[in-house]
Amino acid sequence: MSWSYALRRIGMFVAVVFLAITINFIVPRMAPGDPTAAVLEQLLSRGQQVEGAADIVANYRARFGLDDPILLQYGRYVWNTLHFDLGYSISYFPQKVESALLQALPWTLALLLTATAIAFTLGSILGALIAWPRSPRMVRNLAPVLMVLSAIPYYLLALILLYVFAVWTKFFPLGGAASSQSALTFSFASTIDVIRHAFLPALSIVLAGLGFWALGMRGAMINVLGEDYLTLAEAKGLRPHRIFFAYAMRNAMLPQVTSLAIALGTVASGSVLVEVAFNYPGIGYVLYNALRSSDYFLIQGVAFFLVLTVAVAVLLLELAYPLIDPRIER
Amino acid sequence: MSAPVLDVRNLSVSYLIGKQRARAAADISFTLSAGERLGIVGESGSGKSTLALALMRLHKPPARIDAGEAWLAGTDIMRLEGEELRRFRWSEISLVPQGAMNSLNPVMRIRKQLADAIEAHWRDWSRAKIQARVQEMLERVGLSPKVGDLYPHELSGGMKQRVCIALAVVLEPKLIIADEPTSALDVVVQRLVIQTLKDVQEQIGAALIMIGHDMGLMAQSVDRLAVMYAGRMVDIAPVRDFFHRPLHPYSQLLISSLPSLDETKPLTGIPGMQPSLFDLPGGCSFHPRCPSAKDLCRQTDPAFLPTGPGRGTACHVVRESLDESR
Repeated sequence: MSWSYALRRIGMFVAVVFLAITINFIVPRMAPGDPTAAVLEQLLSRGQQVEGAADIVANYRARFGLDDPILLQYGRYVWNTLHFDLGYSISYFPQKVESALLQALPWTLALLLTATAIAFTLGSILGALIAWPRSPRMVRNLAPVLMVLSAIPYYLLALILLYVFAVWTKFFPLGGAASSQSALTFSFASTIDVIRHAFLPALSIVLAGLGFWALGMRGAMINVLGEDYLTLAEAKGLRPHRIFFAYAMRNAMLPQVTSLAIALGTVASGSVLVEVAFNYPGIGYVLYNALRSSDYFLIQGVAFFLVLTVAVAVLLLELAYPLIDPRIER
Repeated sequence: MSAPVLDVRNLSVSYLIGKQRARAAADISFTLSAGERLGIVGESGSGKSTLALALMRLHKPPARIDAGEAWLAGTDIMRLEGEELRRFRWSEISLVPQGAMNSLNPVMRIRKQLADAIEAHWRDWSRAKIQARVQEMLERVGLSPKVGDLYPHELSGGMKQRVCIALAVVLEPKLIIADEPTSALDVVVQRLVIQTLKDVQEQIGAALIMIGHDMGLMAQSVDRLAVMYAGRMVDIAPVRDFFHRPLHPYSQLLISSLPSLDETKPLTGIPGMQPSLFDLPGGCSFHPRCPSAKDLCRQTDPAFLPTGPGRGTACHVVRESLDESR
């Protein structure tokens, strides 16, 4: 891999993150009014008495520098964001946004990364086997089943699983990430507990993703199977498993990895609904609550974090891509 | 001539499409001695590539081998199955593919693709021995050993085809099939690649079947030339005899349609089209285009009969004239 390629990818990453920060800065400022007034109005509308409302607004505007020139505000905002100072959450006050997010982030990352990794790996292998002519008939007939599976949205699958395994048969807990959050330790029982709680949310993400990855792989595999180098591999008298892995699957994986980079954003946003359905204390759940309570700073924070996570993942994939496809920039 | 290394007897391949059957190769018989080079020419769809693929058992459905035997090294290729077939391929019969551009795995270094073939067959070879062999093969086809470290997309078309040739001879098979080995290359590179192919083939003493369209290139490269038409081998002869005294009317027409440098004459083609394989004319398939067709030609398909040493023709007219002269 050449340095210029890596530098260009990193430059792209910085540009994307910067753009996200900028949009994050501009959009709320295009809304009428200001945050302090909005909070006061909320209080007033609930029938609470606030004395000297105008003074308070002016006071806060000065304190948060909202009367400063816009460029100065922007510079300060970028500076703060880069230091992960995302301001105070309104609904969790006096907790800061970044600490609310850091509490939720590990849950989401663990759930999403595991579920996506499982769906991607299983789906790719399954799709490759469906397209492989030597596979048993039973495997080759799985394509329609997967098509149905890929057509069901995440949240619907989540509700079905919830009903069957948590409400009806009670095999798994209804929601949450652990039986009691405070008693979380690295003991065996605690680990099992966490896995039991994560199982259904993960399963719904895996099942909904499985069809997508398997069908994508099947398509890529069928293309590769028609290539001349596969005929030659067979003519060479290579062992079937060698042809399957090193010649067919290896090449069919390339478009899959590209889709993975594209799908990461969808996976991140799609999991919001799953987390809500399972009451899972991740970023999606935080976002849901922030939206309900119009907690602008928190919404901004979540948006920034989602963009940052996806951008980091895409950067890592792009840096890894030349290693799996030598035709990309060496 | 020594005992034949390849003996193909009555090989027939057909494509079953819907309920219709197209005979892509019908009743093909020929022999090949060790070190001999046989060229096979014919129009597109005449069954050349079908024959090549069937000899390696690489045909894919809807193609089906209906009948016939192909004996190579004491084994009937058509009877091999599973692991036996896998072991037989490449160690006894190898292929220089038609599309050299896309015949190499794009994500694997050249060295590995050559080593792969050795590892699949000679299991007792050490890694060092395999690497030495790979190095030697690359040098033999005129490539720098450094090429081994490259990926296919870093090579030119001619280099890729040389890699394919190195690959084809790495296990020293008894038979190499080259399916239009130069069709994607320019004329200058064509000559060089064919010369390389001939050199390595002679070094290992393998028989070579070369499939192609280019009669001129064939004339310089092969010992014998066979002509296919509508799935049948209609003519086979040593290359000198073939060009000096062609027997089959189709061969005569092919040769007379070649442009000549010595005299300026209008180019003549062969009027008409090759018939559809689904709807062959009765009798000899060539009779609608044949200038010397007789009633007999419209009624029965002529059998392929020997007409001399290393020669054979499937034609009623040739048969009759030979009978008369005897």
